[in-house]
Amino acid sequence: MGFDQYHEPPDELPAATRTFARLCASLTEEAEAIGWYEQRIAIETDPEAVAVMRDAVGEEYKHFSMDLEFLLRRTPAWREIAQGVLFQPGDIVEHGEEAEEEALEGGAGGETSDGSLGIGGLRGVSR
Amino acid sequence: MNHLLRSHAPISDNVWEQLDEEARERLTPGLAARKLVDFSGPFGWEHSATNLGRTTPLSSPPADGVQGRQRRVLPLVELRVDFQLSRDELRDADRGAPDADLEPLDDAAHQMALAENVAVFHGWADAVTGIADASPHDGLRLGDDTNEYPTPVAEAVEKMMCRGVTGPYGMALGREQYRRVVETAEHGGYLLLDHLRKILDGPIVWAPGVRGAVVVSLRGGDFAFESGQDLSIGYDSHDADVVRLYLEESFSFKVATPEAAVALAD
Repeated sequence: MGFDQYHEPPDELPAATRTFARLCASLTEEAEAIGWYEQRIAIETDPEAVAVMRDAVGEEYKHFSMDLEFLLRRTPAWREIAQGVLFQPGDIVEHGEEAEEEALEGGAGGETSDGSLGIGGLRGVSR
Repeated sequence: MNHLLRSHAPISDNVWEQLDEEARERLTPGLAARKLVDFSGPFGWEHSATNLGRTTPLSSPPADGVQGRQRRVLPLVELRVDFQLSRDELRDADRGAPDADLEPLDDAAHQMALAENVAVFHGWADAVTGIADASPHDGLRLGDDTNEYPTPVAEAVEKMMCRGVTGPYGMALGREQYRRVVETAEHGGYLLLDHLRKILDGPIVWAPGVRGAVVVSLRGGDFAFESGQDLSIGYDSHDADVVRLYLEESFSFKVATPEAAVALAD
């Protein structure tokens, strides 16, 4: 088993960073698998084999999404940019530029990405 | 920059953080509705309506043999409270003054919390149907005698149980009623607050704007608060002396199960 997901000496890395790197590696592997299945399905002529691979690639979509969500939960700036890009209709590049500007260059003060106070729901706060 | 135009205000990042923190601290204690109902969102300033899943038949379809229906939606409402802060005070806050006068912001926060509570619990004509308005249970009163409070609260819980509405339950208390409850010890020294919590099996929240009390089920799925733009401070204008700001939010509120709440009149 290789440890090439680390670019720095693993012993010097905090545990959280090693976990983060593992999940990044896993995300990459899932993305590669999706690409491979896409190619296999494109050239496969046996419908039964295609059905099996379509089912299998669905698993990879799920794994990729779970890896991504894990990483986003631990990286607020990445999450903020992703929120500005993912599932948004319109120009992807434009959304990316805007989201990056909002997240990294910041709006006024310590506001949330939508400029709100970030209060949200308060169930469980009794007073 | 979004519609709040915060970057246009002559306010440093440091002071913006202080203003946001002050607003959070002042708003959170009074936002009773958010402590008792289901909250979803925020879905953004552009979000204008909540899906109701219902339609209205249209009488004149565009072709024979075709039926037409129009979707019904619940439009979001906007709340806004304007206020202004002295630029001298903001400059002092930038210097690190711990006692900068932010009272106008505090007042605005209180008004905003009160308005949200009134809209959710008692309704807003032509815009929001409140929990108390929708409830089919009526005739219960809290009264003035705190020693009698457990009786109507227990009756409210029992009324909901009779309709199959399970707990736990929570209660929003108006300012005066809350004060009475927390200061009262019953016979034997048992705190009334603890007694009521035991009846409800849930929280009692301070709810400025609520008239009397409202007991609600907390099982979920009965009351839906949908946030568009969550509570925010925006910038309006400024001159040499003051900066004009505002507190703002947009939301819709829908009672899905009217029988999951009982209003107790004062």
